[in-house]
Amino acid sequence: MEMPKPDTDLLARKPQIVARLREVLPRDAVIDDPNETRAYECDALSAYRCQPLAVVLPRTTAEVAAALKLLHEMGVPVVPRGAGTSLAGGSMPQADSVVMGLARMNAVLEVDYENRFIRVEAGRTNLSVTGAVEADGWFYAPDPSSQLACAISGNIGMNSGGAHCLKYGVTTNNLLGVTLVTMEGEVIEVGGAYLDAGGLDLLGLICGSEGQLGIVTEATLKILPKPEGARPVLIGFNSNEVAGACVADIIRAGILPVAIEFMDRPCIVATEAFCHAGYPDCESLLIVECEGSAAEIDEQIGLIRQIAAAHEPVEFREAQSADEAARIWLGRKSAFGAMGQINDYMCLDGTIPVSELPFVLRRIGELSKEFGLDVANVFHAGDGNMHPLILYNANTPGDMERCEKLGAEILKLCVEAGGCLTGEHGVGVEKRDLMDVQFAPADLEAQMRVKDVFDPKWLLNPAKVFPLGASASRRAS
Amino acid sequence: MRVESEAQLAEAIRDAGGALAVRGGGTRPVGRSLGAPLEVGISGITLYEPGALTLVVGAGTPLAEVEAALAAEGQRLPFEPANWGGVLGVSGESTVGGVVAANVSGPRRVQAGACRDSLIGVRFVDGRGTVIKNGGRVMKNVTGYDLVKLMAGSWGTLGVMSEVAFKLLPAAPAQTTLVLDLPAGAAQPALAAALGSPFDVSGAGWLPGQGAVVRIEGLSESVEYRVGRLEALLAPFGPVRIERDAASAAIWASLRDLEPFIGKPGDLWRLSVKPSEAPGIVARLGGEVMLDWGGGLIWALLPEGSDARALAAPYSGHATCMRGSAGVVFEPEPAPIAALSASLRAQFDPRGILNPGRMG
Repeated sequence: MEMPKPDTDLLARKPQIVARLREVLPRDAVIDDPNETRAYECDALSAYRCQPLAVVLPRTTAEVAAALKLLHEMGVPVVPRGAGTSLAGGSMPQADSVVMGLARMNAVLEVDYENRFIRVEAGRTNLSVTGAVEADGWFYAPDPSSQLACAISGNIGMNSGGAHCLKYGVTTNNLLGVTLVTMEGEVIEVGGAYLDAGGLDLLGLICGSEGQLGIVTEATLKILPKPEGARPVLIGFNSNEVAGACVADIIRAGILPVAIEFMDRPCIVATEAFCHAGYPDCESLLIVECEGSAAEIDEQIGLIRQIAAAHEPVEFREAQSADEAARIWLGRKSAFGAMGQINDYMCLDGTIPVSELPFVLRRIGELSKEFGLDVANVFHAGDGNMHPLILYNANTPGDMERCEKLGAEILKLCVEAGGCLTGEHGVGVEKRDLMDVQFAPADLEAQMRVKDVFDPKWLLNPAKVFPLGASASRRAS
Repeated sequence: MRVESEAQLAEAIRDAGGALAVRGGGTRPVGRSLGAPLEVGISGITLYEPGALTLVVGAGTPLAEVEAALAAEGQRLPFEPANWGGVLGVSGESTVGGVVAANVSGPRRVQAGACRDSLIGVRFVDGRGTVIKNGGRVMKNVTGYDLVKLMAGSWGTLGVMSEVAFKLLPAAPAQTTLVLDLPAGAAQPALAAALGSPFDVSGAGWLPGQGAVVRIEGLSESVEYRVGRLEALLAPFGPVRIERDAASAAIWASLRDLEPFIGKPGDLWRLSVKPSEAPGIVARLGGEVMLDWGGGLIWALLPEGSDARALAAPYSGHATCMRGSAGVVFEPEPAPIAALSASLRAQFDPRGILNPGRMG
């Protein structure tokens, strides 16, 4: 993975840049000691690291605006950061940049049940948004696996999803409005506590733009009344193909569970060793979660049982208690941790049409043998969002490079199968150089023209999303 | 001119000597229409996978054709697109591209999202005549910027769509509507109570001749259960009448297509607002109204020449003059938003030939 050569002039001007920032921000909001900025050298894609010039941690929208105005004036690139949990390197700094972290902006500004929204500062963590309304019987639907740690600003940047988006949609479907600060330091209100834009859908454009169009400091989010209950079933199968066919049949039957999760044998074996969830010994398993009152869940699970029976499952386990439900989810929720125990891993995020599931899984198996690296599959089957985990050893010379190559092959496979490079993690630096597999030059040009509108000098997170060759002339100007 | 392929569409735009008035079926004559007519007749279902809940379709395909194909598999477009032809006084066949260009969402918007939320991919030709694709045919996709959302509701001013892809939902086997005999100005608190319940309400509005209406859809036993719970919840607002299946469906078709307003004189306004503001706005507007989206969408039939924005103020959100003589059709935007929008149009359509002035 390559980053642009740092601007030596900016590196040399670090003391002046820091001094100017201290003129407009409180003393403790500007960090320039390399021992302290080291904490910001990477995000959750920790294989790639780079120390920034400095880090700023503003407390208000006005401070964000003041800092951006100044950095714009001085021509300093800015890398926005929520909680730093990006798996795509979305908040990885570049050497000549200032990281703008939103962690201190985490207040709840307004809760309105009558109009079903909450307004928060964007540094607030995903789970604590639900935490603010849970006691009154409400929740915020998008639930990325990192929801305990990840921030709403990052969720908006990457248009994050989660396990339950089959029913509730992803971030963009649950976002009503934002306060956006442009690179020039202008504060703009987009959307609000009403539905849909009057003019062009700028909100839809901002969500998922990976911090390249502006810094979101506040967000108005849709909240929902909590369903009366939820219950998962676990269904084990003796082949991936059959499990895939069962998913399609459940969907065709008109049942819309809130989640359909899939794990293959390597993943089942690893999680069993890690957390002893008591999963059956089988090739693949599905976890299907239904919501509603007890009787409604019974009705849905009855239908799912009938459909599954036609596929001769090796096991159909229905949770009879909260404890059993938790055990069904335990292995799935521990999957990444379990893999981390075995080895280093790279987590991919391609999406494929659900109908291509058996083909893609078979082909991943072949590629895994070819490259000599194990791959475990755990993913959101209902919407085709795959998370192949490639196991490698960072201490073995050449392993990391082999892993990157295998990852690229798998993502190309997803695109060939009619899908895309990333379903919910974002492009960042990780998938940046694969963008031309999915997009023609004209497609990328159209997207870059959008950045030209919001950030004409290309200072916001400039080395992300677009292949460096494609963005070179814009970044240089 | 009528184009029937993407290549023809690209050529027509490249060769255009001046403004083009882009249209699908011509059923949404909202805003100014200047220039030589360009009708998008790129028609037909490219791909339909019921097991993956996805559909890819030519932008000029009649909406009715799409809905029939989906109904045959027990599925539907989640956002319940409206037919405004009747109330806007035009004939013609609504196309899916037109639905997307206007981001038309019906009553189920409160539960299943807007048209733009179901739209997962587009192919379009920009003002230079370049073919551009964005999104795809899978329902989770964050690869690059979301130009799919930008195209929805852009009224053909950024590019002309040749193909669109949707995620779908299973059609509900049963539906029931709870009806409360309340005046329009008193409906919103009851609708908010229903939408704030865990019973997955899929429609909440008010229409003349009925009153406040709340819809439940799903598997039949589940619908019965939730209707029972909602009946108790809504009892404090007044007596509740129950309408099932076909009778229930008729209520929502009437609200969706604004049937009570068809053939009536006056200016038709559409206001998207914070729902709790609805009672005040309804009182200030006077005239006849219909409510959807729990009060968040107000349709108002006002005397000719009325300025609904002045009458309704203060409100958050936006008002559009759908039919009438008002000078400003779309809500004027704050300066920074207007500047960004103008700049986006200049990037996508540098010659300013695609539906110029359509959105004001």
